[in-house]
Amino acid sequence: MVYAIAAIVIAFAVAIDRVRTKRTKLLLLAGLAVLLAVAPRLGGSDASVNALVDIGIYVVLALGLNVVVGFAGLLDLGYAAFFAIGAYTYAMLASPQFGLHLPFWVLLFLAAALASLCGIVLGAPTLRLRGDYLAIVTLGFGEIVPQVFQNLTKYTGGPNGIGALDVPTFFGIPFGQSALPYYYVTLAAIALTLLLTNNLRASRLGRAWMAIREDQLAAAHAGIDTTRSKLAAFALGASFSGFAGVIFAAKLSLVSPDLFQFQVSVLVVSMLVLGGMGNIPGVVVGAVLLGLLNGTVLPQLDTIATDVLHVHADLTQASFLIYGVILVGLMLFRPEGLLPDRERRAEMHAAPNEVV
Amino acid sequence: MHEFLAQLVNGISLGGIYALIAIGYTMVYGIAELINFAHGDVYTLGTFVALAIFGALGISGELHGIALVVDSGLALIGAAVCCGLIGMAMERLAYRRLRNAPRLAPLITAIGVSFILQNLMQLWKGSAPIPFPAVLPNPRFDLGPVSITAQQIAVVALAVAAMFALQIVVTRTRTGAAMRAVAQDRQAASLMGVDVDRTIAITFLIAGLLAGVGGFVSGVYYQSTWFLNGFSAGLKAFTAAVLGGIGNIAGAMLGGFLIGIIESFATWLIGGQWSNVTVFAILILVLVLKPSGLLGERVPEKV
Repeated sequence: MVYAIAAIVIAFAVAIDRVRTKRTKLLLLAGLAVLLAVAPRLGGSDASVNALVDIGIYVVLALGLNVVVGFAGLLDLGYAAFFAIGAYTYAMLASPQFGLHLPFWVLLFLAAALASLCGIVLGAPTLRLRGDYLAIVTLGFGEIVPQVFQNLTKYTGGPNGIGALDVPTFFGIPFGQSALPYYYVTLAAIALTLLLTNNLRASRLGRAWMAIREDQLAAAHAGIDTTRSKLAAFALGASFSGFAGVIFAAKLSLVSPDLFQFQVSVLVVSMLVLGGMGNIPGVVVGAVLLGLLNGTVLPQLDTIATDVLHVHADLTQASFLIYGVILVGLMLFRPEGLLPDRERRAEMHAAPNEVV
Repeated sequence: MHEFLAQLVNGISLGGIYALIAIGYTMVYGIAELINFAHGDVYTLGTFVALAIFGALGISGELHGIALVVDSGLALIGAAVCCGLIGMAMERLAYRRLRNAPRLAPLITAIGVSFILQNLMQLWKGSAPIPFPAVLPNPRFDLGPVSITAQQIAVVALAVAAMFALQIVVTRTRTGAAMRAVAQDRQAASLMGVDVDRTIAITFLIAGLLAGVGGFVSGVYYQSTWFLNGFSAGLKAFTAAVLGGIGNIAGAMLGGFLIGIIESFATWLIGGQWSNVTVFAILILVLVLKPSGLLGERVPEKV
């Protein structure tokens, strides 16, 4: 069932990417939404719904990071830090840890706000840096955040993290053990993220980002406040990550520092690179493909290898080899990704003497 | 005071290893304008190769006399050469095609290469820490209030020797002149008849050689390694290169020793679990306050 739904989503995303008119796009999107809404009713185990939720959270993360990397062209290698901030916000304010039990729905937005605040605090002094330095600073930030959560044992439970988080309720009805409520929450989160990022893209701010991405100096001379626009991208991108972190923590009912390592940030960057940075349908395709590979395909291949072929293979151990090959291969042979953004593609294939 | 000096000695030995890695970052950045993210993993690979050579020679304990020189020499040279060649191969296969691509493309590629190397090492030796044979006899020398181990002396001596050799190559040879020329202006150097491709390849070779030496030294010093070792060591070395002024070889050495000392004092004063946080906080502070580093020049962004 996971494969079927992933295939449907990819097919729709490709179709939405291909058709020209806005009306057809909206119709396709509505069709997809209806299909996804009824899909869990048509059968499928709780485990597969759970796998879909995980993929869905990656879709939100990828769409959020797309604002920073795809729209504004700022490589953020510490995106998992904001995810961690969101998750820990829920864990600390809705668990026996401090005896606080704030509602899930409030914390969703509080975490998003907190994450974007952290984005501003990090971004304000660092966004003047050139692209590759910025990438390393964000990477350093991404290393510091989980480490701080790990070290502040008194507040965060240290390496073991915080468990037994509150089960969210919907108008008084608790979510329970099933993954289904989280499926619908994630679906709604994706819809909201799609709506917001798509509108941002077309907005004045979105055009400013594109101008900065293509030529910062020219953009500045055209009257764009580059630092402010970049900061906005950073803060907005971070907020989606914080938002996704709450859903992730609530579903898992546990947070611990090792869930938010550098590998998570790179996985999300790989999704953008694979799908096509900047192009929303492309990003969805990239997130679904890699989310599926990460959560479903590799573990299943392991089982097949062990049960059917009787060889002990641990392909999940090779997952980062696969992401590495994807990153290198795409950058060398198709830097614009599978479903490229039109402007982005032009940049990637600019004549060599244009780009220094 | 005793503890202070002991930590200082610790920091200097640690810094010797960071300096060896940092030079690779700084040279590659200076010449190819690329943060070679996989450099830290090349360093770990050096430890792995040295380990494999010791394994092949059947060595698992202390070495003495001529065996110490020959066998550890073999492991050292093997590690260095292997890392140098890997560095060159990386440049040829992954980075060369992207030399004129937008800036972020080679950085993303470098992260991919880093993941590939890490995962290959993980598949080779597993995820657990791997013991490294204690080949070096380790007597302590008491110098007044402070005692220094033979390993610490070996680390610093090897690091300084490697840096000295590098300084000669860069300042006294034709290749070194070519490297400096390419770093200054690639196009002009090419017009003056410098073979840019070859020069960049040699830079990667030298960076890899030094990382290999660093890998060997770290194995001997820590007597343990694991596949992800290069990730944080690489980040710290990059911090060292930035602190010293990226592109500046002397700066990388200075930065390496400083970061080693800072880390060792942070471990002493506020606890080992905060040492990484301290180093990365320094990285962010340096980049924000003085991006040109201690010895670097202010370079405006090229348009």
